[in-house]
Amino acid sequence: MATLFPDSFGALLQFQQALESFRTSGWLGAGPSAGGGYPPINIFKKGDDVVAIAEIPGISKSDLEIQVLGKTVRIAGRKAVAYGDKASLHRRERLEGRFDRAFSIPFEVDPDQVKAECRDGMLALYLPRTERDKPKKIALG
Amino acid sequence: MARSQALEVQEKKEVVSKDEKTVPARYYVPPTDIFETEDALMVVMELPGVEKQSITLNVENNVLSIDARIDFKKYEGFEPLYTEYNIGHFARSFTLSNKIDQQQISAQLNDGVLALILKKAREAQPRQIAIN
Repeated sequence: MATLFPDSFGALLQFQQALESFRTSGWLGAGPSAGGGYPPINIFKKGDDVVAIAEIPGISKSDLEIQVLGKTVRIAGRKAVAYGDKASLHRRERLEGRFDRAFSIPFEVDPDQVKAECRDGMLALYLPRTERDKPKKIALG
Repeated sequence: MARSQALEVQEKKEVVSKDEKTVPARYYVPPTDIFETEDALMVVMELPGVEKQSITLNVENNVLSIDARIDFKKYEGFEPLYTEYNIGHFARSFTLSNKIDQQQISAQLNDGVLALILKKAREAQPRQIAIN
């Protein structure tokens, strides 16, 4: 995987192309993924950690609920778009509604160590493995 | 305005324009709502991941253009494992009618949603006419 040099010309495009190619990645597997596709999530590896980043524009912390159980992560909430009664609509492209999505990842998550950051319409979930699920190094005799 | 539409993922649309950007990366069109109140036109667009300082608002020749950039430095060291959406800068422009007072445009950014308030020029606001 190419390392990123943010100031380098073209590195941005490379990153975007990499993201595109991981669309058909089977990493998430065929686990129970209930509740529809919203919000869209990207899953990254950063060193030994796995980070799930979801796009949730217009959704604040109070409208969001995150649960973790075993290998499943659940993100639920409500996206509200309200403009008041005295408004006349010219163009409507934003969507709103309730969402409730659960997805399974290929390892058990330690719920006490999960860190969630919600900022600028993005949700970042740091998902650490449980001690039990961490690969153990095998010493060669 | 009640609207019971199922909330689904909107695939990002890439900007198609005759003017190329100088940055060789994909630009996307942010979903935008435009509505009008008595004294202003509101333009509300979704710019997830964009910070205040990365937005450039420009009004020139009656065209309002928005350029919003993502800080890719945050993704340094992140290797994708599984993706459902792409990440990129956003750009969109709108031609303003002369109903808008171009000196009085204000903006607010909350949770990745940019709300532009374009106040209508005084002449364009509805006026009550008293009958003697």
